[in-house]
Amino acid sequence: MTANNTIITDFLMNEMHLTADLAFWVEIVVVAAVYLGVFAVLGLFLVWMERRVAAFFQLRLGPNRRGPAGIFQTVADALKLVSKELTGTEKRDRFLYTIAPYFVIVTALMALAVLPFSYELQAFDINLGVFFITSVSSVAVIGIFLAGWASNNKFSLIGGMRSGIQMISYELSTGMVIVAMAVLTGTLQLSEIVGYQQEHGWLILSGHIPAIIGFMIFMIAGTAESNRTPFDLVEAESELGSGYHSEYSGMNFAYYFLAEFVNMFIISAMAVILFFGAWLSPFGITDGIPYVGVIWFVIKTLGIVFVMMWFRWTFPRFRIDQLLTLEWKYLIPISMVNIVLMAIVVWLGLTF
Amino acid sequence: MGNQQFLADKIRTEEYLLNMGPQHPATHGVMRMVLKLDGEEIRDVEPVMGYIHRSIEKMCEHVSYKQAIHLTDRLDYLSSHMNNEAVALLVEKAAGIEVNDRIKVIRTIMAELTRLASHQLWWAVMGMDTGALTTFFYGFRDRELINDIFEETCGSRLTMNYSLIGGVRYDLHENFVKRVKDFIAHFKKKLPEYDNLLSNNVIFRKRTEGIGILTKEQVIDFGMNGPTARASGFACDIRKKLPYSAYDKVDFQEILATEGDAFARYKVRILEMWESMSIIEQLIDNIPEGEHRVKTKAVIKLPEGEFLQRVETARGDLGVYVISDGKKNPYRLKFRSPSFANMHGLNTMSVGTKIADLVVNFSTIDVVVPDIDR
Amino acid sequence: MSYFGDIANATKTLLTGMKVTGKYFFVNFFTRKDVITVEYPDNIDTLKMFDRFRGEVVMYHDENNQHRCDACTMCELACPNGSIEIVWDKAINEETGKPKKFLEKHIYHLEMCTMCGLCIEACPADAIQWGQNFHHSTRDRASLTKVLNQPGSSFIPGYKNPKK
Repeated sequence: MTANNTIITDFLMNEMHLTADLAFWVEIVVVAAVYLGVFAVLGLFLVWMERRVAAFFQLRLGPNRRGPAGIFQTVADALKLVSKELTGTEKRDRFLYTIAPYFVIVTALMALAVLPFSYELQAFDINLGVFFITSVSSVAVIGIFLAGWASNNKFSLIGGMRSGIQMISYELSTGMVIVAMAVLTGTLQLSEIVGYQQEHGWLILSGHIPAIIGFMIFMIAGTAESNRTPFDLVEAESELGSGYHSEYSGMNFAYYFLAEFVNMFIISAMAVILFFGAWLSPFGITDGIPYVGVIWFVIKTLGIVFVMMWFRWTFPRFRIDQLLTLEWKYLIPISMVNIVLMAIVVWLGLTF
Repeated sequence: MGNQQFLADKIRTEEYLLNMGPQHPATHGVMRMVLKLDGEEIRDVEPVMGYIHRSIEKMCEHVSYKQAIHLTDRLDYLSSHMNNEAVALLVEKAAGIEVNDRIKVIRTIMAELTRLASHQLWWAVMGMDTGALTTFFYGFRDRELINDIFEETCGSRLTMNYSLIGGVRYDLHENFVKRVKDFIAHFKKKLPEYDNLLSNNVIFRKRTEGIGILTKEQVIDFGMNGPTARASGFACDIRKKLPYSAYDKVDFQEILATEGDAFARYKVRILEMWESMSIIEQLIDNIPEGEHRVKTKAVIKLPEGEFLQRVETARGDLGVYVISDGKKNPYRLKFRSPSFANMHGLNTMSVGTKIADLVVNFSTIDVVVPDIDR
Repeated sequence: MSYFGDIANATKTLLTGMKVTGKYFFVNFFTRKDVITVEYPDNIDTLKMFDRFRGEVVMYHDENNQHRCDACTMCELACPNGSIEIVWDKAINEETGKPKKFLEKHIYHLEMCTMCGLCIEACPADAIQWGQNFHHSTRDRASLTKVLNQPGSSFIPGYKNPKK
């Protein structure tokens, strides 16, 4: 949907005889509704996948009662969460407490809108694509800080503080890896990054050593961005109860819960776009067929999501100062050197 | 200098109290810890106990010696065989009842299996406390095999009530030897997996190395023993110092370490699991023949006086002390529980460290809270 | 230089840990070989406990609805916390002409029983035994006070205990 007259606009103007202005606005509403649906289904699917994958790691079966292989289990959970009472502490800061979840939800939806699911299916292809995603994820930190502060609970406050520091630090590393890849492709626009990969092969192969180092840094920093183990001390259940969202229940809690999983999906999607050729098939087998790219994109992203789940169920968690040491003493110097390395490689024309 | 002084006068930090309450995922049972924190650093830890006090020692004054054994199951429920054995050995020593070799060997094998089961549960929970949630399931999978062995021979899985005064309750089941051998063959392949998953992991090492150091003098001052104290170099294994049952016939080493940090306590328990398996292997093939029970009087009365028996449970040195006045109920039966003494090291270990380190320290001390409160 | 050595060592240990869990995942994903879950209420027909399992205390009745308990109250004395109450009465025994105890009700408080087994050991007539039923949870506390001898049952006449 990169031109002015998209399929939906054409359909609306020709078949339903709407004016150009009205068709424009109706199209926006339709696309927004579709993305809300995608968000909800994605959240539910990822929760189901997490539970099944965790069960197989832990020698159990996971949900297998509701629906074939238990896929309706999360629908049941969502219905339960919707029917719960929205409690909160008495002395909470009401305004901040209420608006805090919306920060994380809205930013997750905004980031979802620029992902290139396929050549034809990209809602919002601006020329700052990658930069847009990182800046929008940074706004999500506010939601967590506010939740920790406004709950009037010492445990939540500690959790919120830890999380804020963690997310701000690890954005630096992700940003620098993105800069390295932008040096290689020469553009920040997402569809053009995919276009570059269509000509030169997937970026992890074409920018060999710096791209592989960048990928490993991105995986570590991305896991930290979405607050998952080994970096999940914000919600370290063994220590603090539930961290910043311990005072939320019902639908508010569901917002945080779903937003965490969709954030994980967005970070995996970024990794897939930057390194593995977003919707391109290996060896370009089905590149000509329209709309098939969605399947490849989803498969690759779920693969990276699986690796993040593998990390979660294997490793113990870091302490806050070890986490910050890892970032500031190891990841940032290495990613800075990586940028220089990538620049040298591109200048000497050593890419494939 | 002037600037710093100005800031130190103007910026006032306060310590705040945090209550890790009786119900908490990280305290292994109902124990309350009141922490005084300054930011993320701990200034003081005050444990508050008594939430699971069931007055077992008082109940023991109203029952006879035979009936007191089933109450000891529930002291430190993860070492229930050793608790039963302690009271049985005490009464046998005081009343002059001799047991034959078969009974001694059976009791030793059961005690070592219990020690293995307890250390497996400790490992499972230690992984879970540091964040690796799959270790819980791996540890329990292996523990289930031991529970099945117990269920077949003794009748129940956790509170076995198997040792009696004068022997054991049932003779060994016919499948016992085969099951134990299968279990040892299976577990010898799984212990290296435990190492790969947790012991060698760089994140775990950074979480536990150099944390919570206790020197040998501090350990002796607090009266700690068991693997917690052996990790600081204090040789206190009752199985070596005052051997009972069949421990003088087997050849095993006492595991000592010198660093005294959390990783040393971890390592000592893992190596103790290997030693327990070696003890069982030495005993399982030649269990002597004989009766599983020696005839005793119906009502056992101890002569007047005071008697003590010490036993090495999975947590340390359990001492059972009885004051008898010649009647059929004890006048006073006192249990010196290892967890109660071990817990007092928590304050010294944790001051100056962070909350996350407190969880790791508490996990490596390996207390069972019903043992503290009795 | 230990900077890079640290990184290399760290990566190696992390990958070893991942290999351990990854092996279990892929085995469980394709076959369910290593899964240790027992799907409990579904397998209730084929579930068999061990012989010596201590579920609850039951009284043995043979096919003529006769039991072996002669109300000697040894089990009541042996129980540490009073979970057994025997209600007995005396009647004239036909054989010897002397008054002899007989059992009216053998009340067993399942809610207080700690499954220690002292009553079963103390019984001289092998009248009470371990049962293997463990489904004791109920919504009504009164149903946890059981009467062990079934209604209409009588003592086996002339039972001589082979163990005595």
